[in-house]
Amino acid sequence: MSARDEILGRVRTALRDVPGTETPADVAVDRPEPRPTTHEDVELFAERVADYKATVVRCTPEDLPTHLAAALEGVPRLLAPADLPEDLRPADAILDEQLTTAELDTVDGVLTTAALGIAETGTIVLDHGPGQGRRAATLVPDRHVCVVRTDQVVADVAAAVARLEPTRPLTWISGPSATSDIELDRVEGVHGPRTLIVLLVG
Amino acid sequence: MSATFLGTPAFPTAARAALADTQLRRNLAHATGTIRAKRAAVVGEVDEWERLRLAGAALKDRTLRHLDTYLVQLEESLTRAGATVHWARDAAEANRIVVDIARVHGTDEVVKVKSMATAEIGLNEALEAAGIHAWETDLAELIVQLGEDLPSHILVPAIHRNRSEVREIFLREMGRHGKAAPRDLTDTPAELAAAARAHLREKFLRAKVAVSGANFAVAETGTLAVVESEGNGRMCLTLPEVLVSVVGIEKLVPTWADLDVFLQLLPRSSTGERMNPYTSMWTGVTPGDGPQEVHVVLLDNGRTDVLADEVGRQALRCIRCSACLNVCPVYERTGGHSYGSVYPGPIGAILTPMLRGVGHDTQLDSLPYASSLCGACFEVCPVRIDIPEVLVHLRTKVVDAHRGEPKVQNLAMKAASWALSDARRTAAAEKVSGAVGRVLRGTKRRAPGGRGVLGALPGPAAAWSDARDVPVPAPESFRAWWARTDGGRRGNGGAK
Repeated sequence: MSARDEILGRVRTALRDVPGTETPADVAVDRPEPRPTTHEDVELFAERVADYKATVVRCTPEDLPTHLAAALEGVPRLLAPADLPEDLRPADAILDEQLTTAELDTVDGVLTTAALGIAETGTIVLDHGPGQGRRAATLVPDRHVCVVRTDQVVADVAAAVARLEPTRPLTWISGPSATSDIELDRVEGVHGPRTLIVLLVG
Repeated sequence: MSATFLGTPAFPTAARAALADTQLRRNLAHATGTIRAKRAAVVGEVDEWERLRLAGAALKDRTLRHLDTYLVQLEESLTRAGATVHWARDAAEANRIVVDIARVHGTDEVVKVKSMATAEIGLNEALEAAGIHAWETDLAELIVQLGEDLPSHILVPAIHRNRSEVREIFLREMGRHGKAAPRDLTDTPAELAAAARAHLREKFLRAKVAVSGANFAVAETGTLAVVESEGNGRMCLTLPEVLVSVVGIEKLVPTWADLDVFLQLLPRSSTGERMNPYTSMWTGVTPGDGPQEVHVVLLDNGRTDVLADEVGRQALRCIRCSACLNVCPVYERTGGHSYGSVYPGPIGAILTPMLRGVGHDTQLDSLPYASSLCGACFEVCPVRIDIPEVLVHLRTKVVDAHRGEPKVQNLAMKAASWALSDARRTAAAEKVSGAVGRVLRGTKRRAPGGRGVLGALPGPAAAWSDARDVPVPAPESFRAWWARTDGGRRGNGGAK
């Protein structure tokens, strides 16, 4: 017998006590509803992202270029996804046209957009669609500058899950990379970007 | 290969050694105290926490009660998304599958994301035996691996080490396995983390094959999720060409929308954060992004035995947050190694014996007793596993498995049964006990409340009295008092 058939057989034997007529829906699940998003959530999002020791900059579309330039200071080699909107893209950015991993390791920072932001947890979600780059692009460089529009902020995790498309690769980011593995003392900055700057526009 | 560390003695013996280690107790008290406070703060922020817990438990029950349906659905979803699905009855079969995949790609190393399932099956040892180095990339796992040590906590396997011990291990070992630690390394956690970053980066950049577990596997979509903090998970899940994920069959959730409940429960219970720094989700292969060859190994290794136990089944709801370890008064004092398993603490005390079976191994049979049944573990469990209930259930199974064996306790119980089943014999026993009580009434040792207690008993009873106060027998039994005073109506109604 194949391992598959044997394991499925063992599962069915183990579940002899479950009535044959029972369906999954018969096991009732009562869960909290997603909370509707209000404009206070933008403020909450900014606060909670900052709690993780990320830098949050609130700005209008008009003053975005100034803040963007400031966020990219000290980044001599900046990576940008090839499909990053042109109005965001600094002239000297290196476009990610399938750079090798070794090449990625030579850039100093990366600039992307995001799919959405979650207020309650201060989380940015990338679904690696246009402007967000492939997964490695926001991982290997040491600084990640991420532009999030205020209309992309949702209230909570349930609202985020409802909006996201699971067939896309997803990266949920809550602050810079961190560890608490030594005496449970939190340290920001291990393998992922050690600096995370969020420009919250709108 | 198994979930148990070879050669660990039964819990009471292992715990005695751990209790004598003051450094260990200091490290553990500090770490568990810190994490308990963090968890309590972020759980307190969620108004509907109890409703979330109930939802988490119900979703897992739904999955487990229809696990065959969901496993078949997951297999279809994964296959449709371009992943290759393997099934492994036990540890040896799972290890063989991973070794074979690594060999096909001609590599002599793999990078690993922290994974309880691969620790349980002893994958690293199996890979080493096949000449393939398995590099652990989680900071705590790296500390354990470089220190040739054993993990002692689900979330923070090196919780028993303090910063100066970590520094010594890094200075001594890193150079033997790759990039050495800087010679002027101090013991500040930030510097230690930076040393790990530098040491592991070359391994991430060159590895062809990565091995992971998964926190969740969505049957409906074939999506796998890994929840982490450091970015080592993202490195492993993204950079290598080939990704193998070993997933216990209890890791399933039915639908994509169900993930929401668990993504709220897990980080708050585990690291005491509103959300962990990184969560990666992937569904098979994404052209042009991440590994282009994706394998998923669905692992049984005793899980169907747990499923077959109607009381114990709830242990399969576990999402490996480790909140139960952090609140457990026994874990806090004895540490993880005493449990002799990759699953320590309260959850380990029920999961390990059920995965491996009770009644055939002294060490496994000792685990359900490694608890005071205080219930703190149940209180914090995000999926409401009634660990005390399962502990008591397993104690019954252990006793049943050893019924009739010539043990001191069994003999004592037999003697008690003989004496108590006959009024005259009971009266005779009471006379003896009353006489002993009168002789010993002047004993100096007192329990709280004033009752006299004895120290260690001699002979085979020593094992029992070792950790318990033996009360001095009453000078007069209740029945003797009743006969003497006609139930208090005659003479001096007071006790003798």
